[in-house]
Amino acid sequence: MLKYIIKRILLVIPVLLGVTVIIFLITRVLAADPAPVVLGEHATPDQMAAWRADNGLDDPIWLQYVNFLVGALQGNLGESYYTHASITKEIAARFPATAELAICAIVVASVIGIALGVLAAVKKNKLADNISMIIALIGISMPVFWSGILLILLFSGILGILPSSGRIDPLLQPTGGSGFYIIDTIVRGDWEALGDALYHLVLPTVTLSLYSMAIITRMTRSAMLDTLKADYVRTARAKGLSKGSVYIKHALRNAMLPVTTVIGLQFGSLLGGALLTETVFSWPGIGKYAVDSVLKSDFPAVQGIVILVAVIFVFMNLIVDIIYAYLDPRIKFGTKEEG
Amino acid sequence: MIRVSQNNKLATEPAASVETAVQPAKPVREKREGMWRDVIAGIVSNKASLVSGIFILILAVIAIVTAVAPGILPYDPYQQDLGQSLLPPSAEHWFGTDLQGRDIFCRVMVGTQISLSVGLIAVAFSLTIGVILGSIAGYKGGWVDTVIMRIMDMMLAIPSILLAIAIMAALGPGIEKAVVAIGLVSIPEYARIVRSEILAIKENDYVAAARVIGDSNFKIVFRHVLPNALPSIIVRATLGISSAILDCAALGFLGLGVQPPAAEWGDMLGRGRNELFRAPWLMIFPGLAITLAVLAFNLLGDGIRDGLDPKSRKR
Repeated sequence: MLKYIIKRILLVIPVLLGVTVIIFLITRVLAADPAPVVLGEHATPDQMAAWRADNGLDDPIWLQYVNFLVGALQGNLGESYYTHASITKEIAARFPATAELAICAIVVASVIGIALGVLAAVKKNKLADNISMIIALIGISMPVFWSGILLILLFSGILGILPSSGRIDPLLQPTGGSGFYIIDTIVRGDWEALGDALYHLVLPTVTLSLYSMAIITRMTRSAMLDTLKADYVRTARAKGLSKGSVYIKHALRNAMLPVTTVIGLQFGSLLGGALLTETVFSWPGIGKYAVDSVLKSDFPAVQGIVILVAVIFVFMNLIVDIIYAYLDPRIKFGTKEEG
Repeated sequence: MIRVSQNNKLATEPAASVETAVQPAKPVREKREGMWRDVIAGIVSNKASLVSGIFILILAVIAIVTAVAPGILPYDPYQQDLGQSLLPPSAEHWFGTDLQGRDIFCRVMVGTQISLSVGLIAVAFSLTIGVILGSIAGYKGGWVDTVIMRIMDMMLAIPSILLAIAIMAALGPGIEKAVVAIGLVSIPEYARIVRSEILAIKENDYVAAARVIGDSNFKIVFRHVLPNALPSIIVRATLGISSAILDCAALGFLGLGVQPPAAEWGDMLGRGRNELFRAPWLMIFPGLAITLAVLAFNLLGDGIRDGLDPKSRKR
């Protein structure tokens, strides 16, 4: 097992290095000169040349990459072209907002997705199955920005019961702390602020969770259908256990293996969906920061965000693989034979 | 299209397929015809899939007709008329008008052109490169396989929409650049599918036989290996069109897609955002168009999969 984990961790390193090369090629080689965008139309050629020299853009590309990599390994992702603020700090300030949203979304998606999937499998080809599958299909087909807008229109515009933007009422905003408002407000015992933070979380969470929920529902249904056919389920029923007990203890528990994998992988893709969700709800996280930075060619910020998201994604995959190997001994033994 | 009609004919004449089946000289052709028949059977046997197929055909007709004969539309989708700004849906303007007084119904219709063509071209682009890379990796194996697939892993480590907007940031806005960005980010998916299919197929006896009679690697891959990987590729490509349409709309929504005054569904949604509460129709209809188009390709893909994979049909 340890050997397998070490092997998997070592495999992460070239992938992450590759990601830095890809994003570096995109923003430094493929991209047009950012100087006219950053300095504006009226900048003289001399000003632009000076700006490029200041930002190290005149160096040979390999040297730029080495400098970037050395900085990144020390936790320094460079400076914004506009504000000269440290990208690491800018990202760190926004990351909790995205993480809080993504965690809430994956929890909601998993709970509802598994429930709908189990229901659909148990009531196969009946009304409940059809409804669950239609919900899943809509969840997969609706663009996340459109569902967000429809929810705003209904719950903020027509019903006026939920806020359409922001993380919390500015007057209640907790200062310092972890940046995770749910944790910060609970630690301080500020229940009014906690309520307001949760209130702001509802619509973005629902929006962001829809797609993952649909995928988890489909996966749970098909995994459950497989286990429901298994001999041990029939045996359990035959020896007189109640339906509910068989469904949950025997069928669902065994179906959870592929479902866990999908949930882990969905967490990574949620970060992509967060980009659009945060834009719709003016959520001050790294997704909105990424879009804003792209729109003004602030490439160091784009590089930093892409690398951070890739790191999270790769480590989520790693964790999923390790959990999988732990739960399914066949994988572990397979590697033992190989090694 | 020609193939579809051929297969319809074949489906009604089972004797024809038996005849081809006994001709050992053309094993690949037989396989392919059988496959297309399965595709049609899968679509027809699944009502939702059939309706989706028809809906997609209608979308294609709308896209072609509005491109060839734009005069058929009741209003010019690009003509601004500030006197008609933000009119709600009515008998004159079915979907209402936008801030510039343009008819939204006409713009949604014209928007079909961009969404469908971006979907198809982006998938064709990523499919071509993905199939080539996946074939080389799967067939050659060894270090070539390792290098290609590790690069694919690296691309997969970045969420596709984030990678696409990073590429758009570098290339600048524009629809042809959006096609490149959307196409590039989905290459790894096709490469992976093709590679795994080829790994499974290349050990078969008929591939070994082709090698023995001296066929070139290129011929073996294209004549014997790829046709057998086609079912998975077709299913993935159909579903790929739906995600390409979604990605295109997302780029448009973020302001990275088409340039004004072009009509693109995602771009229309993005521009309508500031008027959300005042004129919700600016966002409802383009959003509905995106959802229906994506839904249709998803359902069509499901139907095709049912036809090609009997195991999934039983579910």
